[in-house]
Amino acid sequence: MEGALVEGQWPAWFAASRQRGWDDFQKLPAPAAKDEKWRFSNVKALALDGFRYPGAVGKAAALVERSTGLGESAARFVFGNNRLLSATAPAVDLVKAGLVVMTIEEAATKHADLVQKHFMAQDAKLGSAKYAALHRSGPVNGVFIRVPKDLEVPHPIEIFHWVEGAGAAVFPHTLVICERHSKATVVDCFRSADDAPAFACGVNDLVVEEGAKLNYVAVQQWGPATTAFHLNSTTVGRDAACLGMQVNLGGKFVRNENYSRMVAEGARSDMLSVNIAAGDQMIDQRTFQDHAKPNATSDLLYQNALTGKGRTVFSGVIRVEPGAHKTDAYQKVRNIVLSDEAEANSMPGLEIEADDVRCTHGATTAQVDDRELFYLLARGIRPEAAQQLLVMGFFNTVLDRLPETRLRGHIESLVEARLSAALRG
Amino acid sequence: MSDAQTQLDIDREKGNFRYDVDYEFDAGTGLTEKTIDYICDVKDEPDWIRQFRKDALKKFLEKPMPTHWASKDLENIIFDNIRYYLSQGGQKPKKTWDEVPEDVKRTFERLGIPEQERKFLAGVEAQFDSEAAYSNIKEAVGKQGVIFMGSTDGLKEHPEIFRKWFGKVIPTGDNKFSALNSATFSGGSFIYVPPGVKVSHPLQAYFRINAENFGQFERTLIIADEGAEVTYMEGCTAPKFDTATLHSAVVELVALKGAKIQYITVQNWSNNVFNLVTKRGLAMEDAEVKWIDCNIGSRLTMKYPGVVMKGRGARGEVISIALAGDGQHQDTGAKMIHAADDTTSNIVSKSISVGTGRATYRGLVNVPRHLKGCKNNTECDALLINTNSRTDTYPAITVRGTGNACQHEASVSQVSEEQIFYMQQRGLTEAQAMSLSVNGFVNDLVRQFPMEYSVELKRLIDLEMEGSVG
Repeated sequence: MEGALVEGQWPAWFAASRQRGWDDFQKLPAPAAKDEKWRFSNVKALALDGFRYPGAVGKAAALVERSTGLGESAARFVFGNNRLLSATAPAVDLVKAGLVVMTIEEAATKHADLVQKHFMAQDAKLGSAKYAALHRSGPVNGVFIRVPKDLEVPHPIEIFHWVEGAGAAVFPHTLVICERHSKATVVDCFRSADDAPAFACGVNDLVVEEGAKLNYVAVQQWGPATTAFHLNSTTVGRDAACLGMQVNLGGKFVRNENYSRMVAEGARSDMLSVNIAAGDQMIDQRTFQDHAKPNATSDLLYQNALTGKGRTVFSGVIRVEPGAHKTDAYQKVRNIVLSDEAEANSMPGLEIEADDVRCTHGATTAQVDDRELFYLLARGIRPEAAQQLLVMGFFNTVLDRLPETRLRGHIESLVEARLSAALRG
Repeated sequence: MSDAQTQLDIDREKGNFRYDVDYEFDAGTGLTEKTIDYICDVKDEPDWIRQFRKDALKKFLEKPMPTHWASKDLENIIFDNIRYYLSQGGQKPKKTWDEVPEDVKRTFERLGIPEQERKFLAGVEAQFDSEAAYSNIKEAVGKQGVIFMGSTDGLKEHPEIFRKWFGKVIPTGDNKFSALNSATFSGGSFIYVPPGVKVSHPLQAYFRINAENFGQFERTLIIADEGAEVTYMEGCTAPKFDTATLHSAVVELVALKGAKIQYITVQNWSNNVFNLVTKRGLAMEDAEVKWIDCNIGSRLTMKYPGVVMKGRGARGEVISIALAGDGQHQDTGAKMIHAADDTTSNIVSKSISVGTGRATYRGLVNVPRHLKGCKNNTECDALLINTNSRTDTYPAITVRGTGNACQHEASVSQVSEEQIFYMQQRGLTEAQAMSLSVNGFVNDLVRQFPMEYSVELKRLIDLEMEGSVG
């Protein structure tokens, strides 16, 4: 990596953390094809030659303008090439109530204790420790959110991360802490200003404390030549609920690692994903539902539509630790294959060390149902449109799980636009 | 015969007892080219086999242990301490039934094993009196043109058939343990069924029990020619005691066009045994290979019977029951390779973990590019008996292209307290109720076993469940 690493004001502890990240990155071995955590993946896609820490984006104002999202949001931050381009702070009454939404850079000083405590507190256990270390070492930027006790944030908080220019490497980070009985929705959008090859290495840390509710949606729309890592760590407390949805529409090689840990009784984690793998895209997803305490629930549903030479890998584990009785865990991956060259790999897994549990998983791979297609064709609907309708119907089972209709409509329109383009090849 | 040699050496661990036996042929510990020369000389094998074994040895030494995905327990195998070839020749063991530990005798009794058989299984008699049964069955199927003999005899007497398929379904270098088997194999069966012949009797390894069939490194090759049908049974439900702690068999099945092979295994090694087996069948056009597999004993079993469906319309099936008792790890599963259009496969796996037992399902389903009409169905159910029991499921499913359908489903549950309560209300003890529930859990699979096996299996589950509750 070349280029100016650090701009802005960072406290000493952060500089030390960066150094540690760099040391670990150098030390840790690159993933090998034989590594079980990289099975079916493409480790050759991980060559990072030619990427650098980029300079500022050319036309910041234009990117801010293109950052159209939900329309109504509680706060809105736009970043380009690791730099803040625009920030719309939350309304005064929310700030007075204690809501904090600011850049990681600002929070590293102003909320040093909280950031230090939660920033990448969980090790990346699902195969990408090296890239988590790279993230830690890089010019990280993004948003720190603290939702105070009992506060319900009325609208979603929106964050945009842009990458621009060939060889640019970006390091988006989102850190959300929902304190007791608070409620919030956060939407991360990842976009490319152009089609140039880029590298994104993002991390999000979600902490949901007792009785709190967090909805987190990441919409990944990187350009077609981008290599991207998005590593997640979610901690769910007593009677708390986290709904995390990963929507993958862009990128060339995309690796998601979603790790959800139920740390107290009554915790619930919904892990959802909608993926379109078209052209020569590869979407590689690893998940972990970690039941550390009894009486917790986790429910995972990942759905993939594959076309062109698209490839997907799903590898998930439900782990029930000894003593975590009355666990209710579910895991399902569904693949719909739309072309002869596409390939879906599914590895749903269970590791159960407590006996009084209900754990199930399922994996299905099929194509569009001929009879359903025939039904639509018989009613004069053109084949491409019919196929699109059926695939959207397939995706709706995931999208329907989003609790807010406006957010749902917005995500649906993005998925539909991408699907339409993908089906036309 | 010195006294030391006749002494009974009993380990206090359950099932982990052994005798000192005087072997006529013993290749000594460790594995080198010399060991292989020794085996070849003793068995008077042709040169091509000697070369085959030596090539396999090289591969075995080159290959790493698969510990990047498999149990670390494999690291406890000390290859240098293992004897790779032992044969008692014509000698009789010098020990008596009285020396067999009481609990072992009781186990035999509870399972209803015939007197004569018990002695063989306990190792006090090398010659189980099955010679008559074997020659009868050999004669009966011989009339149909079926070849049924030991694999060593097979490679000497029928090289034209044997060499064509030997090592073709499971290449030597398939994995570290198939290479080990290829280097050191002895024992196992060779069966050839001519075109159109439906073998009237199920063939059993059992019939050839005294022909070193329960060897450490068995090698079995079964070929069903076009339209032929055969059922083969291996193992038995009784606990099998042995000096050897490493068992690594290779079984290759070839079902030519329209043929059907059903292979039934019941494994109940004692608790100190590593049982690392490679089993694979090749199914040509419209052929069917079905594995029925039951694993009860051993310290660690790693066994994933597979079917390569090479011809259109071929069918593969694996029915698997695993019972992991205290301290055991049953790492079993299935592999289904769809290599032609319109092939179908089915996997049904049920596992039970008792005490600190760990049952793992590991599966692979592969539907490569440009195939149409391939279907796979996989169902895995795990039952956990105690709070410290463990179960894992690791399937891997790859589907390329459209026109194929794969579905996998797995669940983990425990015996319902309500059911147990209901049965206890009706006068059953908790252990009896538990046994009944567990038997109910595996019942639909057990029914697919031959009668005598299913009866023994039920008794065995009863036995294993004793003391697991309360």
